[in-house]
Amino acid sequence: MFDRIREKLNILADAAKYDVSCSSSGGTRKNTNKGLGDSHASGICHTYTEDGRCVSLLKILLTNHCIYDCLFCVSRKSNDVKRAAFTVDEVVELTMNFYRRNYIEGLFLSSGIFKNADFTMERLLLVVKKLRLEQNYNGYIHLKTIPGASEELIKEAGLYADRMSINLEMPTEAGLKLLAPEKNHEEVIKPLAFVQQQISQFTADKKLIKHVPKFVPAGQSTQMVIGATPESDKDIMYTANAFYKNFSLKRVYYSGYVPISNDTRMPILGTQPPLLRENRLYQTDWLMRFYGFKVQEILNDANPNLDVDIDPKLSWAIRNMQHFPVDINKADYKMILRIPGIGVMSAQKIVQARKFGKLRIDQLKKIGVAYNRAKHFIVCMDSPYQLKDYQGTQIKAFILAESQSKYLKTDSNQMILF
Amino acid sequence: MTYIFDGTFQGLLTAVFEWFERKPGKVMLKSISIFQPEAFAESFTVTTNAKKADRVWVGLQKKIKKDWQRKYYCSYLSEIPEAYNHLFQFTIYIFQNQMGAESNYGNPHVIALAKYAKSVEREKHRMEAFIRFQKTGDGIFYANIDPDFNVLPLISNHFKNRYADQQWVIYDLKRKYGLHYNLASVEEITISFSNGANKHNLAPVLMDEGEALYATLWKDYFKSANIVARKNTKLHLQHVPKRYWKYLTEKAI
Repeated sequence: MFDRIREKLNILADAAKYDVSCSSSGGTRKNTNKGLGDSHASGICHTYTEDGRCVSLLKILLTNHCIYDCLFCVSRKSNDVKRAAFTVDEVVELTMNFYRRNYIEGLFLSSGIFKNADFTMERLLLVVKKLRLEQNYNGYIHLKTIPGASEELIKEAGLYADRMSINLEMPTEAGLKLLAPEKNHEEVIKPLAFVQQQISQFTADKKLIKHVPKFVPAGQSTQMVIGATPESDKDIMYTANAFYKNFSLKRVYYSGYVPISNDTRMPILGTQPPLLRENRLYQTDWLMRFYGFKVQEILNDANPNLDVDIDPKLSWAIRNMQHFPVDINKADYKMILRIPGIGVMSAQKIVQARKFGKLRIDQLKKIGVAYNRAKHFIVCMDSPYQLKDYQGTQIKAFILAESQSKYLKTDSNQMILF
Repeated sequence: MTYIFDGTFQGLLTAVFEWFERKPGKVMLKSISIFQPEAFAESFTVTTNAKKADRVWVGLQKKIKKDWQRKYYCSYLSEIPEAYNHLFQFTIYIFQNQMGAESNYGNPHVIALAKYAKSVEREKHRMEAFIRFQKTGDGIFYANIDPDFNVLPLISNHFKNRYADQQWVIYDLKRKYGLHYNLASVEEITISFSNGANKHNLAPVLMDEGEALYATLWKDYFKSANIVARKNTKLHLQHVPKRYWKYLTEKAI
């Protein structure tokens, strides 16, 4: 018994780990029934694996049996791996006992498709219902929406889950067709749209009626695999941008492809996952969501791919030197946010602090500005007078000369020409 | 001039009261535990007084909003000697200026408090993340900690709300006190460990029979969730500094 559950957990956790969503934030469930669990608004990362990714949720598949044969997936039908399936009770017991020991923030439950979509969705629903209704569990639940499942099932699941997600898998339809001929983006879009429409319906009802049950309070997310197919960064981010806009997604995750197959349509086994590229995409994602950048400003036909050696914010600044230098003591908040070396927190502090007097360099440093980077783009009270007007390329050279990329040692995707 | 106080929160507030009563000019505040008499400097020992402290606290609550009251309390919990002086100077600065003076991040005491509060909140958050309960034979979930700062008062509510249906104990080995939740309320406790008892690891005989199973399953899960091709030790250490490994079931050998 002991060994069997260990083996199952190993197989089904291993198969689930390529889903990168780890967020446990945005849950609003309060422990009002003297049960177990109370959500934490900002989420909690309980530990980090040796690859540096956070472990917040017990992330498992209900089963890795699957009727589909998607090339990018470890659980594909034709792959020769051990198969296993949890019973509903096993998942409930694991979740409760892990949660009680403060190992986890909640459950992330996904599954391979066995028999058909509805059958799979029903089993997922059984787990979440048992947790919520029988065990008085108020912890976080992230549930996969199974594409093709009936709307009744999805709607019921939404009453118990905090977040639901469906993965786009490939950034473009063409890429998806290449690796998973049985699938298409339409299948993903339909349930995403359905859940989104339900969320807004429940929110609208809430304004009129006092007691409306929660419906997917932490919203929806999706994931794209990066580097398995030859899309440009522009393709990826334009798709992400469209999904943020059209479905009010909370997050889009970018997952660097880890080679798991010998198929010639994809990077061969042993290829390093594109970690640097993944990092640049996340930086762009942040610029779009928190820094007021439009995706077209960062990626366009002239610049279809992100710079490898510098981050996208610096890269934008260097291409648009006409906006700089910015006067820290006068410029509006939006413009201060765009200065390389100044983040959201520093920008807010600057705007508050300058009401009390003009800011000096030493104050900026204390506030948390990365001054060595920002100094090329700002003037403040005691900025040294500068005779020369440097070009963007020169500034880039200055910054590169004094910073060392954490990726240079490990990055093997760069070609060496000379 | 140096003011010496007893290290309590009330003592700190009393010191502010005394300063305004005497207006002795520039003053440093030091805790008695680190005070070294100096040859040419005068000193004054503050006698903690609940009434005076209350008056200062009520006044301070009128001058700064909730978020800054919390930053203030967090800075105090940092137990850093310099923090006491910054708190003292900050309080005087707040009382001597218009409303909203706390958002002047150009002021050294404001920025110092913001920094202390950030460190303390980070430690608090780490405790919420890294505490690992072990279920004992009598059904109590037990965890030891020895955090950098005195964060027990800050995490009490979080654990009380979250684990409302189980008894738990979180014990601060460094400060020799702990919290016990008895299904109704949280109480402060001290444990007198018998001589020779291993304070850091509970003896296996005291454990619930399911404890070993779930600890093993958790360790297994932790291994399975790792993607070897993405190994990034630097990032791992950045998120889980080595000094926290002693808490973590998944990091125990």
